[in-house]
Amino acid sequence: MQPKVALGAAEIAAPALSRPGPAARSGAYWLNRSFRWWSFLPAALLMAVLTLYPMVNLVWMSVSTIEFAQGRDIWSFTPGRNLDLLLSDRVLRHAFLNTLVFVVVSVAAEMVLGLGLALLVGRLTRGKGLVRTVMILPILVPPVAIGSMWKLMFNYDFGVFNQALMGLGIEPVNWLGSTSVALISVILVDIWHWTPFVFLILFAAVEALPVDVLEAGRVDGATGRQALRHIILPLLRPALMVAITFRSILAFKAFDEVYLLTSGGPGTSTELISLHLYKVFFEQNQLGYGAMLSLAVIAAIVAFLLVSRQALARSTAA
Amino acid sequence: MTPFGKGERWIGYGLLTLAVLLVVGPFVWITLQSFKHQIAIYTGAWIFTPTLDNYREVLFSRRSDFVSNVWNSVIVAAVSTSLVLVVGTLAAYSLHRLAWARWVALGFLAWTIFFHAIPVITLIGPWYIAFRQLGFYDTQFALIVTHLTINLPMTVWLMMAFFREIPPELEEAALVDGCRPVQAFWRISLPLAVPGLIAAGILAFIFSWNEFAVALSLTSRETATVPVAIARFAQQYEVQHSQMAAASVISTIPAVLLMFLGQRFVVRGLTLGSVK
Repeated sequence: MQPKVALGAAEIAAPALSRPGPAARSGAYWLNRSFRWWSFLPAALLMAVLTLYPMVNLVWMSVSTIEFAQGRDIWSFTPGRNLDLLLSDRVLRHAFLNTLVFVVVSVAAEMVLGLGLALLVGRLTRGKGLVRTVMILPILVPPVAIGSMWKLMFNYDFGVFNQALMGLGIEPVNWLGSTSVALISVILVDIWHWTPFVFLILFAAVEALPVDVLEAGRVDGATGRQALRHIILPLLRPALMVAITFRSILAFKAFDEVYLLTSGGPGTSTELISLHLYKVFFEQNQLGYGAMLSLAVIAAIVAFLLVSRQALARSTAA
Repeated sequence: MTPFGKGERWIGYGLLTLAVLLVVGPFVWITLQSFKHQIAIYTGAWIFTPTLDNYREVLFSRRSDFVSNVWNSVIVAAVSTSLVLVVGTLAAYSLHRLAWARWVALGFLAWTIFFHAIPVITLIGPWYIAFRQLGFYDTQFALIVTHLTINLPMTVWLMMAFFREIPPELEEAALVDGCRPVQAFWRISLPLAVPGLIAAGILAFIFSWNEFAVALSLTSRETATVPVAIARFAQQYEVQHSQMAAASVISTIPAVLLMFLGQRFVVRGLTLGSVK
């Protein structure tokens, strides 16, 4: 036992550190003193170096032409050139329209199917757990594996869909190789992939619906349809808005499956913004022009976020 | 919700069975294909002699790098997940508990939302240039730091939500009893947030394992991950259907495992914040 003589306030507060002298001030003391800083700094630095700096760099890149010679990057200042490339980019228009169709159609279908499924499962007395387990699977599996899965199923010669069609005596469809069908096929895969996600969000909300309110509606004689229209849907509105926002953003980012399924073809019929961006960067090696496109995409996303934030605020206030 | 009436029940369960079959069907189908010889795939046979040849070819053939692809994926996912849990949990606790000015906390969170919303492909150009300048192009390190960054927003939000549920009185009591701030975090808040760590860890690992666009752009043959390898099977001049199927089935193993083992945590993580 050490003799205890005249403990200072610091020693009482921290018996573990009760060594006197400047040595105690250096280790654990500073660890506690600066806890606030060293706990937050790594995350802040990481975001600054790997997201903020690259975004600033995008601005410089967008007014430059960058070429690699002997492994080194050589920059030249050519602001007009990238703008010319932007104005003469014919694929961009197709990519924009395709992305718009892709996002609107797949998100709309996913919302309808997901909501229907959530309401259906909410009324089950048994088997909820099983349904939930199954629905998680498409969300966790690599999107690339989903792409290759559907690439096999869509195959013209031996895919399961054309087998079924031929079994019924109907002409086989060129799911991924025909300009009029390919975008629909790609959207189908997205709906299959992400309806479970919408379901999970809405199902959690359905399970949290206040029982007494639903009960009161029934006592007052509301029919099933009236209850849905005037009680359930208004209560689900915040969750619906969240699901729509999440899905729209994710659908806008879609890349993996489409890269696997069609790589944007045939022609430009399934070219999405993200695919186009990738090709500009890495197939055409236009790093400068790619940066300019990136900035345009980022600006569009910011606009969408601001609009949807207002819509979200309104829906939760109502 | 009202349970089904007697007549409705059959329609309800019928629709539900259909939905479950639609989700599971494609997985069953590709698994079947992965056990077929190429010739059986081409004839579309439903009755066939199962074979392990495709798996053997993918995993052990001399022409295949798949084992090293799996190894790259495991390393990148494991290391980036461990790091993101440390960095993200500390930041979440710091922002939640350690009296940062409002503009710091809100600014950081707004920035993470913004970063999460933009397609990661927009940043791949600057990353590519920076990693080439620094000599990190085609290294596991480049993938680890980018995956760490991509998973950071999700980890911070999840952990903040879990820290918020811990009553502040617990830590206050400990501080009054002479606990130091770091100890309060380490001994009190962190153990209570373990479910959050598991949820964030599972999701971060899965996202890193699945991540394709960055891996495709920042790696070449040496450090390619599993998704990149699968895409190579699909992009070759002659698509290697049987091997693509086998590789795809292998790539789903972590997801299937974690679905059964960590379902509770995953659902919590995926739907958190959407209800309140």
